[in-house]
Amino acid sequence: MSTTAPVGTGPRPTIVLVGHGMVGQRFLEALAERGLTATHRVVVLCEEPRPAYDRVQLTSYFAGRTPEELSVTDMEFIAEHGIELHIGDPAETVDRAARTVTARSGLTVGYDTLVLATGSFPFVPPVPGKDAEGCFVYRTIEDLLAIEEYAKARATTGAVVGGGLLGLEAAGALKGLGLTTHIVEFAPRLMPVQVDEGGGAALLRTIENMGLTVHTGTGTQEVVTGDDGAVTGMKLSDGSTVATDLVVFSAGVRPRDQLARDCGLTVGERGGISVDDQCRTVSDPQVFAIGECALASDGRVYGLVAPGYEMAETAAATIATVAATETDGVDGAAFTGADLSTKLKLLGVDVASFGDAHGAADDCLDVVYSDSRSGTYKKLVIGRNGELLGGILVGDADAYGTLRAFTGSVPPIAPEQLVLPAGAGAPVQLGPSSLPDEAIICSCHNVTKGAIRGAVTDHACTTVPEVKKCTKAGTGCGSCVKVLGQLVTSELEASGVEVDKGLCGCFPQTREELYEIVLALRIASYQQLLDRYGRDSARGGDGCEVCKPTVGSIIASLAPTIGAEGYVLDGEQAALQDTNDHFLANLQRNGSYSIVPRIPGGEITPEKLIVIGEVARDFGLYTKITGGQRIDMFGARVEQLPLIWARLVDAGFESGHAYGKSLRTVKSCVGQTWCRYGVQDSVRMAIDLELRYRGLRSPHKLKSAVSGCARECAEAQSKDFGIIATANGWNLYVGGNGGATPRHADLLAQDLSDAELIRLIDRFLMFYIRTADRLERTSTWLERIPGGLDHIRDVVVEDSLGICEELESLMTAHVAAYRDEWAETINDPEKLSRFVSFVNAPDTPDPVVGFVPERDQIKPDLPLLTIGTRPLEGSAQR
Amino acid sequence: MTLAPETTTLRIQLRPATPTTSAVSSSAVDDDWFAVCDLSMLIPGRGVAALLPDGRQAALFLDRAGRMYAIDNRDPFSGAAVLSRGLTGTHQGRPFVASPLLKQRFDLESGRCLDDDSVTVTTYEVRAR
Repeated sequence: MSTTAPVGTGPRPTIVLVGHGMVGQRFLEALAERGLTATHRVVVLCEEPRPAYDRVQLTSYFAGRTPEELSVTDMEFIAEHGIELHIGDPAETVDRAARTVTARSGLTVGYDTLVLATGSFPFVPPVPGKDAEGCFVYRTIEDLLAIEEYAKARATTGAVVGGGLLGLEAAGALKGLGLTTHIVEFAPRLMPVQVDEGGGAALLRTIENMGLTVHTGTGTQEVVTGDDGAVTGMKLSDGSTVATDLVVFSAGVRPRDQLARDCGLTVGERGGISVDDQCRTVSDPQVFAIGECALASDGRVYGLVAPGYEMAETAAATIATVAATETDGVDGAAFTGADLSTKLKLLGVDVASFGDAHGAADDCLDVVYSDSRSGTYKKLVIGRNGELLGGILVGDADAYGTLRAFTGSVPPIAPEQLVLPAGAGAPVQLGPSSLPDEAIICSCHNVTKGAIRGAVTDHACTTVPEVKKCTKAGTGCGSCVKVLGQLVTSELEASGVEVDKGLCGCFPQTREELYEIVLALRIASYQQLLDRYGRDSARGGDGCEVCKPTVGSIIASLAPTIGAEGYVLDGEQAALQDTNDHFLANLQRNGSYSIVPRIPGGEITPEKLIVIGEVARDFGLYTKITGGQRIDMFGARVEQLPLIWARLVDAGFESGHAYGKSLRTVKSCVGQTWCRYGVQDSVRMAIDLELRYRGLRSPHKLKSAVSGCARECAEAQSKDFGIIATANGWNLYVGGNGGATPRHADLLAQDLSDAELIRLIDRFLMFYIRTADRLERTSTWLERIPGGLDHIRDVVVEDSLGICEELESLMTAHVAAYRDEWAETINDPEKLSRFVSFVNAPDTPDPVVGFVPERDQIKPDLPLLTIGTRPLEGSAQR
Repeated sequence: MTLAPETTTLRIQLRPATPTTSAVSSSAVDDDWFAVCDLSMLIPGRGVAALLPDGRQAALFLDRAGRMYAIDNRDPFSGAAVLSRGLTGTHQGRPFVASPLLKQRFDLESGRCLDDDSVTVTTYEVRAR
């Protein structure tokens, strides 16, 4: 055992943080903001094997978000502030007399200030069999990894004990893993804390409609196991049984206060480390507790992240005041309780509750709107004087941001107007402009409407990103971003700034408007469009890097219909394309390019694999398998591209359009042909779709996948359009996304025949191409357009605008006009002449593009990018 | 891939816009111009790269009105020699190119980066004769 710092003050006083979750990380940031990381030694003991991550978004792991993407810890921040972070080494004992903490590894650290942020642990009811193989809790990334592994290996059915917030999250995860899912809730309704009976009923119907089985008003009596000791089912207290291979306990959490108990700190009767308004433990002024492990001065334990953040700020502010004034800092920040408002999307259902949701105040009245058909339930709690006290929204929580901000004041319109759906009675738009300045817009960061207005009027912010940066509003859970956008727009308009919705400095029209102009007037020339429809200042000019590729893409999408050149490098079109489209390859950081041949559906013959291997070997390319079931070859110089493609085209390959804003890939699982679970031939469908939509230029890239059964191995629900086989045909999902802002796709139509499926995708894609903004993926487009998914369904399924025939004929024209861009290029000497590094030295390679070996392949020689910019000695001009 | 370009009578020539003090010749002397390529090699709105005798690279552009510009081909933000492959445009009446890597824009006449005041790239004088 070693003592790394003397008891009490060293040269720099020491702060020890126990626990590195979201609240712990926020505490570290709050210390750094106050300069305390410079004046103090900061040591962090973290039990989990990874630094702080976004536990609120834990379930998004199953939507494709990796543990790395979930991280909220910037390791540069840790290093820059000299924070000593010990991962996987939990604190085990605290000696308050000696002021030391000892970790599992034996490390002992002396402290001046100790901050406990140990969070909570899942409550597992003490039922027989609770520790059997196949029983899990739902709290950490490790828990999720274990559930996923077990589910994939040996489960077809899963049961969740607990129908609260986390329980529904867990149920969503099990359903996402393809399990038949049960939910067991002891209370008579789902989410008993957040919603009332009516809200619970709406929620129940919607969740049952998704195919989940819900058992309410009954407890778990016993977990039943088989001969091998693994879970086979559950006995419930109502006498019934549920057969299940896997059980997830999600019946609430308890404060993790054992460490505090062991060292004699006062804890509450039902747990939680007792703290005062400054988040200091009531037993020891040198020790603080923050987040879910703390019992706040109002007698509550807060299980939400926003109050935890507030406690982190309070503790840091108190420590800073003590450090600066050597007083006890009681005049500083205080945490005296927090708003428990929440808005969640559980299993795709919006659920929100805010303020006094259950109407606990005296003399309060309810306004309730309930529509069991659509699964919508809305209740507002109104006070004696007409003030809004709180409410519950299930199924449609769009009004949450506005309503929460009005809480505590008398809304300017009758309360029933606030909950009636649009179109019922006189539609009332209750814009955020009617909110008082003190209304809280962002509850994560406590930002008022006044502060946001100030950002626009005093700090000259003109966009939502600028306002977010200036005020921090909208950077927490993000639920207020919509209201934020309305507020910024209305504030700009109020201050006389015209909000310009134009595409760029050259065009006052949106992309959609330009599309309509190009289509209606058959304009096939960018210059003609700019000179006739551009802004006055831009006419006759050279446009810009925003509108050129956008218009280039519109013209390419409509080429066969408007009589434009079909090939993206023909005529004037050539000058509009981004470098990737211009060289039909993907530019990489050192100026070299990568090449992706099309491998439809991910199906490839051994002969073609050999060709790719030979080409990569002969040209010394780095090869990597892509996420879309293709092979990417990196490190080609411009002048090599035609030589490489000559070989590929010869072997029967064609362009994969990895460089274009166009269809990338239609991924597939192996399907019914081989898989014992498959119900349709997913590979054939994927190939058909990829060949149909290849080369289609669109506002952004398009990704697709086809899964052969509900197990969803092709991850179709994370794609722009995803197809999942059913026993009766195909289900079509749209608007999914992976990447930085993952979104599960929405079901557009079910049990379609092959022909119905293709017709619907034709319409959907062409409607997207027609109406989306530049670089707007289907996921954001679907969220943005008025009416969302319902509107899209009306248009492409019900043909409410009467445009489906036109959409289909546009797609038919595209399919008929498709030609392989690379085959055309290598057969055209004029176009080939562009593929040189230097116009005056066509055979000289770019000396900046060089490579060095790594793991038996090449990688860019990055030092080459930093040298050679100076003139070479003695080579004066001749 | 080498192909014999069609030739016209006009050759594009370059020289540094601000001759260094060590350069002996005055700007009036014709032989400090370096011939690069035939005018027909340029497409309006697109660039080409040229290798200069001192090992530097220039990015050459032709705009819609037939004016030519040349700046250093090296993108100072990434170090890659790619500015010739960027898209050109007009910003407040002045010509620019946007780097194809991270989209910073450079004024084609002054070499100034429009998105970062502290960065400027070398410019060249261009003529066709």
